[in-house]
Amino acid sequence: MIQVEKTITRNWGKPGSHTLAVYREAGGYAGLKKALKIGRAQITEEVKKSNLRGRGGAGFYTAVKWGFVPKNSSQPTYLAVNADESEPGTFKDRYILENDPHMLLEGIAIAALALDCHHAYIYTRGEFKRQAEIVNNAIAEAYRAGILGDQMLGKDHRLDVYQVRGAGAYICGEETALLESLEGKKGWPRLKPPFPAVVGLFGAPTVVNNVETLAALPSILENGGEWYARLGTEKSGGTRLICLSGSVNRPGVYEVSMRTTLRELIFDPELGQGMPPGRSVKAVIPGGSSAPVLAADEIDVAMEFEALKEKQTMAGSGGVIVMDDSTCLVRCLWRISRFYAEESCGQCTPCREGTPWQTRILRKIEEGRGTPEDLSILVNVASAIAPYPPIGLGNTICALGDAAALPVHSFVAKFRPEFLAHIDQKRCPFGENPWGAFGGGRV
Amino acid sequence: MNPSGLTNAPVMDVVFSAEEKQKFDSELAEILTHYPSDRKRAAMLPALRVLQSIKGWLPPEGLAYVAEQLGVSKERALEVATFYVMFHTEKPGKYVIDVCTNLSCSLWGAERLLAHMEQRLGVPAGESNERFTLRETECLASCGTAPCLQINEEHYESLTLQRVDEILTKLP
Repeated sequence: MIQVEKTITRNWGKPGSHTLAVYREAGGYAGLKKALKIGRAQITEEVKKSNLRGRGGAGFYTAVKWGFVPKNSSQPTYLAVNADESEPGTFKDRYILENDPHMLLEGIAIAALALDCHHAYIYTRGEFKRQAEIVNNAIAEAYRAGILGDQMLGKDHRLDVYQVRGAGAYICGEETALLESLEGKKGWPRLKPPFPAVVGLFGAPTVVNNVETLAALPSILENGGEWYARLGTEKSGGTRLICLSGSVNRPGVYEVSMRTTLRELIFDPELGQGMPPGRSVKAVIPGGSSAPVLAADEIDVAMEFEALKEKQTMAGSGGVIVMDDSTCLVRCLWRISRFYAEESCGQCTPCREGTPWQTRILRKIEEGRGTPEDLSILVNVASAIAPYPPIGLGNTICALGDAAALPVHSFVAKFRPEFLAHIDQKRCPFGENPWGAFGGGRV
Repeated sequence: MNPSGLTNAPVMDVVFSAEEKQKFDSELAEILTHYPSDRKRAAMLPALRVLQSIKGWLPPEGLAYVAEQLGVSKERALEVATFYVMFHTEKPGKYVIDVCTNLSCSLWGAERLLAHMEQRLGVPAGESNERFTLRETECLASCGTAPCLQINEEHYESLTLQRVDEILTKLP
């Protein structure tokens, strides 16, 4: 395994890691002190040097995103923290909220200084009840300690942070849907441009950053942007959290070097510890269920934005889902497609109509009622939502359309014989258990 | 009764007891301090959450009351309430059980878990009785500790059928 200095996870596992006392004892809020000393422009400069890229899915450079905020707006600038972690296969932000909420708050404070922002809203997914309680306790501690409120560690910068819980809607992880929801509405994404940096929350300039992205800021400020950049690759700074799940012996969240490959992630004794006995890798989703699937011979690829882009897939939210050779991929794709049909907000016709259609065809094929024509209709429907490759050609307002179409395109292209086997045999060749080695459940 | 099903009786008679109304009003007042004074309507999700925590669901008269407090139409409140799956616009069972069957959970036996729950509770997924509402839900961010479920927003992970039975037996 490529050894890497732990940044985000450095306090995980310490008793009381979610408390201010333990966070401070471990050197916490040193990054914010430095940020207060060097000032607004220099903070952004360090973040620029760090090559920090958004960890929510798109991988956009954080300093560039900040740079879109108009300098002399008459309106306040808002920071919206995206803690609406809902991409299937993704469960990293949740552990940051549970284990180290002050690292997030420190990151929020640093970003607020850089953006001259005085109001931050944390939008936490509704199902995260326990995590939201931990965050609220941390916010209360930070107010009492003079980190939030009228002054920031004795310096004149007012910052108020308020947490709002969502109420169960995947679409609200999309940044403009998140803003709609924060404004008290249903989560319908907005047409862009204008981008939130110009017209965001309450019509004011707004930066939306993911939890892991913000949690990276304290160590960037403390150790310098160049230090953080060196942890990563040429174009992507830092380490990253990877969420490993599916048919693998040791699922979990791992902080790894971006040079670590998917194969190392799955087989390293300190990481995934390999496949279940007698099983081999059949397919791997590298960045949450939206990301195009990779076949077994494509997993010698680094888990880094550019490397995965070269493979026509994406690093996304870091959700790696492994499927073994006894798993039915038609069944997997049917379940993925059902998710997008369920979560489509209904605003754009290709997505609203296309996602249930994909789901119905996949069910038909899985249940042995499919025809070869169904397979071409399936790909046509997916293409009407978003053609592929490359990624990003969607015909919808937001990327949920792309997210729904990309799995269909990639599964069918790479595993066509398996779809045809269902059609030829008029049944699922995997019989009673289509879900692979662990599909029978824990005992 | 008027045609919309709403009465003209004071809100507290049809929605809240005096005590409940006081609780709702004071919690809403605190929530509103976190929004710009001309953006009251932004507090819709937190306000609906408070209503649901008091009543166990979002009765139509309650939605109308929230709408009135935030200065929007009751149709707007209903639109928001029906968009989000955690809001109940129909009275659910005493325990709302959400079982994740998304990909990572299914790769760890979630379908078997759901079938077990249906049999054990006597309620098919998507339906309710007085005691239980059983639902199939989407990814709950427990993919590394699959399979998982939530009971009235409390989260349980790394489940076996035996452990689920123990949890259900302990429900009051």
